Amino acid sequence: MKKTFKGGAHPPENKEYSNSKPIEDLPLPDRVVIPLIQHLGAPSKPVVSIGDEVKTGDPVSEATGFVSVPSHSSISGKVISIGAFPHPFGKDIQSVVIESDGEDRWNEKIKFDEKYMDIPVKEMIEKIQNAGLAGMGGAAFPTHVKLSPPPPKKIEIAILNGAECEPYLTSDHRLMLEKTEDIIKGFKLIMKILDAKYGYIGIENNKPDAIDKMRSITSNEKNIEVVGLNVKYPQGAEKQLIKALTNREVPSGGLPMDVQCLVQNVGTALAVYEALAYNKPLVERVVTVTGSGIKEPKNLRVRIGTLFKNLVDYCGGYTVEKGKLIMGGPMMGLAQYTDLIPVIKGSSGFVVMTEEESFLEEPKPCILCGRCVDTCPMKLLPCTLGTLVEYSKFEMLGEYNILDCIECGSCAFVCPSKRNLVHLIKYGKLKYNEIRKKSA
Amino acid sequence: MEAHFYVSSSPHIRDRESIRKIMFSVVVALIPALVGAVYFFGARALWITVVSVLTAIITEGLIQKLRKVPVTISDGSAVVTGILLAYNLPAGCPYWLPVIGSFFAIAIGKQAFGGLGYNPMNPALLGRAFLLASWPVRMTSEWVAPRGGTLSGITTWTGATPLNLLKQARKVIHHKELYTDNKIQESFRILSDISSSYSALFWGKVGGCLGETSVILLLIGALYLLYKRYIGLEIPVTYIGVVALLAWAFNGTKGLFTGDPLFHILSGGLILGAFFMATDMVTTPVTVKGKLIFGAGCGVLTVFIRQFGGYPEGVSYSILLMNLTTPIIDRYVKPKIFGHKKVE
Repeated sequence: MKKTFKGGAHPPENKEYSNSKPIEDLPLPDRVVIPLIQHLGAPSKPVVSIGDEVKTGDPVSEATGFVSVPSHSSISGKVISIGAFPHPFGKDIQSVVIESDGEDRWNEKIKFDEKYMDIPVKEMIEKIQNAGLAGMGGAAFPTHVKLSPPPPKKIEIAILNGAECEPYLTSDHRLMLEKTEDIIKGFKLIMKILDAKYGYIGIENNKPDAIDKMRSITSNEKNIEVVGLNVKYPQGAEKQLIKALTNREVPSGGLPMDVQCLVQNVGTALAVYEALAYNKPLVERVVTVTGSGIKEPKNLRVRIGTLFKNLVDYCGGYTVEKGKLIMGGPMMGLAQYTDLIPVIKGSSGFVVMTEEESFLEEPKPCILCGRCVDTCPMKLLPCTLGTLVEYSKFEMLGEYNILDCIECGSCAFVCPSKRNLVHLIKYGKLKYNEIRKKSA
Repeated sequence: MEAHFYVSSSPHIRDRESIRKIMFSVVVALIPALVGAVYFFGARALWITVVSVLTAIITEGLIQKLRKVPVTISDGSAVVTGILLAYNLPAGCPYWLPVIGSFFAIAIGKQAFGGLGYNPMNPALLGRAFLLASWPVRMTSEWVAPRGGTLSGITTWTGATPLNLLKQARKVIHHKELYTDNKIQESFRILSDISSSYSALFWGKVGGCLGETSVILLLIGALYLLYKRYIGLEIPVTYIGVVALLAWAFNGTKGLFTGDPLFHILSGGLILGAFFMATDMVTTPVTVKGKLIFGAGCGVLTVFIRQFGGYPEGVSYSILLMNLTTPIIDRYVKPKIFGHKKVE
């Protein structure tokens, strides 16, 4: 069986900037900005006030429902401000600002618990929510929600996503090499929580060292298999990954659990292990800082809330004055207008591209070449969707299943007319949903 | 130092393909056939092509100026239209023919609809259809015999192009009561001789439109486009396959399955049409299934016209007619979407 999916694109990988750089610890910042929204779902609510002393790992906000997670202080010090600050999502978002006392005193409850495997499953899920875990691959969906499929849904196959198909990014790659045991421990905890029969670890074949390392650690695990995947974008997209590994198709509008699968990113698995074995909340993560716009690209372990500017300074600064700053990879990442934005739970990397690399060409008319149709991993007609949006035919977008689009960007990547198809489709989804709401 | 950042929607990288690259690759792919045309029909073939291309470029630029839209003559699409139109003309035609044809192709066939990407029909073929309707005699009587060969590609029958010869012979045999015994005998001899034209058809040593005659030179260009993935096999294979099948089944004179499929593949403009005109991106369906339907439709219409139509050749009209079905095909033929059960 060929381990891949239909369609897809081959963007230049550009991983050599940072894939051989071991993870370094970024020195503690003077202050951190902890946004109250770092996950999909309801914003969290602050539990601290200006002037409060906090230790590393203390909660600064609480969840406001099941699909919500708290945020924690990632340094020790004093709360100096609570207000709206620039955020990677592109707008100002309520955040707690903490000034460091330079001592990094940790909350005492954060220590190794050797009986962590014996924690009852229900308690494990609570602990994971209280640790503030949200998917670290980028989408940042609260982890405990994914780990609690509503009965009678049952997860048969747990999948660990080490595909890292986005160009440039290497944080998952480095984690798999440097934290292999802990990631596997986390994955086994995930399998235990779900009572999953099988575990697959999917890694693109461009990371043979990670595949070997993962295989050597799991060689005694009968029900865990490390699978090398075709190097093709978007191999790490949830639906495409499940298709490649299990040949199951997540139904339209459905979730992986509808085909008895669950996907977690390798970084999240590590966080699960640390949350359960050490009681450690999600206060730091590994971030790739890369691109030709960065003097010395690096993989950094960074406290959540550290401003990106601090990361750049540590990496020697920019090589250019003008360019593009992207949080995430270049295919799906979000362009930033300022570098004074905090690292959040979903920040897998920051890519800085030079002005010449920053794509700025004017779109031309569609010539119906069909390249986007061949490339679309969801088998949609991106050219038609784009044209319908351009002509404001929003009511027709349902007929062309616009909501199935995963916004991976493959269509726009291959378009010879350089149309901004993802932009058009995102706008189209918004408009189509408005129409649906009105008629409902 | 304050850094300045550009902001836009993802994706932030694009591959290197462009309209220009695609169009100029098509131009490159068409060059072998031009070399063949100059060899077989003389320098006039080149000049007709040059006149046609220049007219196409000037027309496109002028109209875009008049329309106050950006002038895009450098994207190469007008060059392709100019070449294709010239390839559909007899080498002996007067120079005003490509001028008018090319002007019509660009002005009416393309710019009147809004320019590249918006034209419903292949502009070059529309230009040719216009010329054929307006100057039918000039378009079908200015044939030039190829260097060292005959119009028919057969030494014994020199008066007409291969498809014409076949058409006339079939007409005589089907209406024996109207013709003398001599004529009928002659027609049967034509039919039995026709297979001796294979080699001439393959190399291009035969009469016809200046760019359509050499199968091998066209295939070399087509291979290049296939390799570059600017065209797919879906349309050419179904198109040629259906022509071969139907010609074999119905074009014989001794009953079903006595036709000559190879002759039908090699003769006329089928190879030029199937690989270079029925694969025009703008005017053909975007899905694989749609392309198969399109190719098959072209095949059926071509054999239909060759067999029953007033013209010996039907490639251009078949493609034009199928161009008109493209929007409908694209509307109703969609791929099975990931995660959906069956095609709706």
